[in-house]
Amino acid sequence: MNTQLNAVPDSPLGSQAVAPAVMPETRPLYWSIRRELWENRSIYMAPLAVAAVYVFGFLISLFWVPRSMRGMGAHHEMPPVNVLAMPYSHAAMLIMLIALLVGIFYSLDALHSERRDRSILFWKSLPVSDFATVLSKASIPLVVLPLLTFAITVALQLIMLLLNATVLLVSGRGTAMPWAPPLFEMELVTLYGTAVLALWHAPIYCWFLLVSGWARRATSLWAVLPPLAIAATEYIAFHTSYLGSLLQDRLFGFAAGAFDLKDKNGLPIDAHFIPLAQLAPGRFLSSPGLWIGLVFAAIFLAAAVRMRRYQGPL
Amino acid sequence: MACIEARGLRKAFGKTVALDGVNVRLEEGRILGLIGPNGAGKTTALNAILGLTPYQGELRVLGRDPWSERDRLMLDVCFIADVAVLPRWMRVSQALDYVAGVHPRFDRAKAEGFLEKTDIRRASKIRELSKGMVTQLHLALVMAIDARLLVLDEPTLGLDILYRKQFYDSLLNDYYDRSRTIVVTTHQVDDIQNVLTDLMFINRGRIVLDCSMEEFEARYVEVTVHPQQVAAARALKPIHERQVLGRSILLFDLKPDSKPDLNSEVKSDRVDRQQVAALGDVRTPSIADLFVAMLGNTQGNKPVDNSGQAQGMPK
Repeated sequence: MNTQLNAVPDSPLGSQAVAPAVMPETRPLYWSIRRELWENRSIYMAPLAVAAVYVFGFLISLFWVPRSMRGMGAHHEMPPVNVLAMPYSHAAMLIMLIALLVGIFYSLDALHSERRDRSILFWKSLPVSDFATVLSKASIPLVVLPLLTFAITVALQLIMLLLNATVLLVSGRGTAMPWAPPLFEMELVTLYGTAVLALWHAPIYCWFLLVSGWARRATSLWAVLPPLAIAATEYIAFHTSYLGSLLQDRLFGFAAGAFDLKDKNGLPIDAHFIPLAQLAPGRFLSSPGLWIGLVFAAIFLAAAVRMRRYQGPL
Repeated sequence: MACIEARGLRKAFGKTVALDGVNVRLEEGRILGLIGPNGAGKTTALNAILGLTPYQGELRVLGRDPWSERDRLMLDVCFIADVAVLPRWMRVSQALDYVAGVHPRFDRAKAEGFLEKTDIRRASKIRELSKGMVTQLHLALVMAIDARLLVLDEPTLGLDILYRKQFYDSLLNDYYDRSRTIVVTTHQVDDIQNVLTDLMFINRGRIVLDCSMEEFEARYVEVTVHPQQVAAARALKPIHERQVLGRSILLFDLKPDSKPDLNSEVKSDRVDRQQVAALGDVRTPSIADLFVAMLGNTQGNKPVDNSGQAQGMPK
């Protein structure tokens, strides 16, 4: 891999006149992201461990399925799709929740741990810009974790499907009755959902990163308390809660923004199975909330880059 | 081109002045020892050179402004801050992978070669290595980078004498090639006396001595004075006197070798080598002795300027 790099002239005089070394701008970024994954193995270990536990639980539940389906079969000939989808969508939601938690804890520590253990002096002794470093750290919750969430969810759901089919065949009940949800459609919705979540929550992650690069200690308190305090002050002083509802919208507003929560009959949809027809990407991409959030995310990142220039070990 | 050029370099933390108008010019190919008491401004000066801290005044390192161009400067500059900065969670193999990944001038085979000579295993985590081994690893990484300036800030802090000796030996034998520049600060000055080509003392944010080692050897002599000649020796105004086992050891600042000038005796405090040779046994002082002579009596609250050296008086 490094044969080309090793060909640097060995003579001392050669080094005097050596032209600026050529290296694609993306290389430090790529290696910095790999470094983050080396340092924070929980980024993939946590969702994988939860997925393994879930598969185990699902396997045990399957041995009850024939009996429960028998009971169900007495009432409905055809189990509705959202019932079939339930264990699968629970799996997807669980992985998303774990990824959310991992992303939050990661962002709150990312620019703090390198100052705490003084390794920032080592990182800064290498030709990697503060911009590349901060960008690599931001890409973990914004790119790496969503992709991992999607990949692990798909793998988990496929394993569940195979286990389900195996148990049905072995138990002799066969697969004549519908037993599986439309998994492909569900995967598309999962992909859409993870992307929506990452984009909508981007300013939160970037704010956490900024605080982790600024606070000397208690990063989680500094990240959470000031916005809450301002919201509370607003409520006490003016009896209004604009900031409070703004924060609430930033946490949960993606659902109403990116999905049609009522179907064409005006009935609320069941979150366990969201048909493709209920996705509203156009509305989501044209909502000012998304773009204002992304502008804030960019501002927080720029501030974090600038902050890292001035920061040394704690 | 000078490797490091500073004019009027100034840095203050609140009311504390860490660098008070430092002027430095260091040519390429030198090995400079920057020596000073704790809090003298050594690390601040190095941080400014490395682009880790903003400053006032003019500073160019290899023709670049370190503060605004740190990442590009680091293609040509390496530094070892102290033994504790390698990330403890990292594996040795990961450290090699990462530096090879981000540094275009890193020669991985060379680093592997240095590591072959140590007991460091590739699969070890850095937290499992001893202090000495971490330093060996860091040195192996740094020496495999084809850089033009290497900055060492207390690189051997907390290491035993064997590791320290080995450290400077490999630096001189396997790295230094007379075109690279090395700047080193340490309190263990005896380790580096024979390594340096240039010497600088810094105190209270000012450079109080700046000379090459040739100048150092030509200019300063230490005389173990015969007991009967102590009074005569003191009359020549030594810059420092100490007693060892009942004998007086005096340190003189000789005038630079030049044509005999009959009038100079009157004007200058400096004496010449023949004069002091007659007083006792003459030798080159250690850097530590000169350091104590020049700075030893400024460590109290009140600076006392009786060193005979042009010393910066605090405002």
